[in-house]
Amino acid sequence: MSSSAVSMAMIIGIVGLGVAIGFLAGVRRKMNLEQWTVGGRGFGAVLMFLLMAGEIYTTFSFLGASGWAYSRGGPTLYILAYVTLGYVVSFFILPEIWEVGRKYRLQTQSDFFNMRYGNKYLAAFVCVVGVTFMIPYLQLQITGLGIIVNVASFDGIGRTPAMVISVVLLAAFVFASGVRAVAWISVLKDVLMVFAALSVGIGIPYIHYGGIGPMFSALAEARPAHLTMPGATANLGHTWYISTVLMTSLGFTMWPHAFGATFTAKSGDTLRRNAVVMPLYTITLAFIFFVGFTAVLVVPGLPDGDLALLTIARQSFPAWLLGVIGGAGALTAMVPASILMLTAATLFTKNLYRPLFAPAMTDDQVAKMARTMVVVLSVISLYLATHSSATLVSLLILGYAGVSQFFPGVVLGLFWKRVAMPGVFAGLVAGVGTVAFLVLTHQDPFLGWSAGFLALCLNFLITAILSLLTPAILPQQQTQNLTKPNERAIA
Amino acid sequence: MPVKKPPLLALLLGLIPFAAMCFSVALWDRIDPIILGIPFNLAWLLCWIVLTTLCLWAALRVSAAREKNDDGAS
Repeated sequence: MSSSAVSMAMIIGIVGLGVAIGFLAGVRRKMNLEQWTVGGRGFGAVLMFLLMAGEIYTTFSFLGASGWAYSRGGPTLYILAYVTLGYVVSFFILPEIWEVGRKYRLQTQSDFFNMRYGNKYLAAFVCVVGVTFMIPYLQLQITGLGIIVNVASFDGIGRTPAMVISVVLLAAFVFASGVRAVAWISVLKDVLMVFAALSVGIGIPYIHYGGIGPMFSALAEARPAHLTMPGATANLGHTWYISTVLMTSLGFTMWPHAFGATFTAKSGDTLRRNAVVMPLYTITLAFIFFVGFTAVLVVPGLPDGDLALLTIARQSFPAWLLGVIGGAGALTAMVPASILMLTAATLFTKNLYRPLFAPAMTDDQVAKMARTMVVVLSVISLYLATHSSATLVSLLILGYAGVSQFFPGVVLGLFWKRVAMPGVFAGLVAGVGTVAFLVLTHQDPFLGWSAGFLALCLNFLITAILSLLTPAILPQQQTQNLTKPNERAIA
Repeated sequence: MPVKKPPLLALLLGLIPFAAMCFSVALWDRIDPIILGIPFNLAWLLCWIVLTTLCLWAALRVSAAREKNDDGAS
């Protein structure tokens, strides 16, 4: 068998195994809306850990992080900081969000805004912003899958056909299963991901330099500036680092899918314990960095940094091992992509279409339409993936700039009585507008600052000032705003 | 609807990792001294990942202790 056949067979085998596990997990349960989206709200610590890990460790960390270590150098370190600090933030706010979610039977982030601020247009706007900024994240996963199939087939399958195949498979999978299936595939994905990270992170520097230490010494000798900030870039210095780490760590729990996953937990304490342990998992990312740094001197001049990990793996390892790494990479793209699609489709149907256009829709009809939306989203992100040349990391930063704008509305909504709907709405519009303007006019970073961070500051300011100007609501009026208390708790 | 604020001590424990991994970047963003073969900035962050878990573990104990007290009081 040729090398490309061996590595492709491994990838197909691994993905097939993942899909089989997914179908088995989903098949015995009746898929109503609550099961499909929040898994019946009964995930304990283990499943929860898997679901959260499944969302965080994506193609972005696998190909994107190594790609930036290769092409940008020092600034890549922001990833280690923001993921860890993101868990710190989640420790303080996720248990509270969960508590509110249980009390008012929330399923999505828009539900939260609707419940807290009692305005369906704000909830719909939150939904539009959430879905819009999930698209670059989805696009990133599809681009990653395309790269994997392309490199692992030794360029036998072009990147575009590879992306088309991946998207069809992905949509079919999400269509048939739900959030529980995704959590179970994460088991396989995580085991393989840790195996792949360690084997490339230790093996590749060893093969080319005799170890990680000698690799860094060689790089420090040849390209010392590459290892610190701003690395190989002109504008990603310390100001960028601080503003980006703040913006992304605050935005970390604001992703609609991370927010939604919160409601699958069994208790708030599960989430707190998770936040304590999860940072340790981030250490595996360092091994991915090692590969990117090794590639700097071994395979210089790649047209696209995101190719670095797989290109050097192909040069260093036998075809079967490349296949295992590719398979792990494919699952690290498919699991988060499924979660993203599931969340975006449900959000669109349940929080935008139904309340504004078809209030009479039943939950079953919502579930049906959400499945159709999966197809629509797949087509949109496939189109963007084939027509864009942005790096995987910059796509993620764009998504973060958008979703981090929810932070003031969520956190002030949880902890500050005075915060009022007009302030939150205006702040959010201003924040998202600033992000859109700076990104579309190619001014991110703006004067060395992360665009998303500047937008977030403006957003906070407007939210706080307008809230202080809004007369305080009397207590009995406030209770009227809170729709539908928990029926379960009464029963 | 606003929920109880977290205990102040827990919040302070949560701020430590922010100070160490984010705000102080100018102090530790350099290659030397190399620690176990790894440049100083990367080694610093890796070390703080572990220390963050310790900080959060302590914050967990603080929160749990407060909840126990609240239950006792009510």
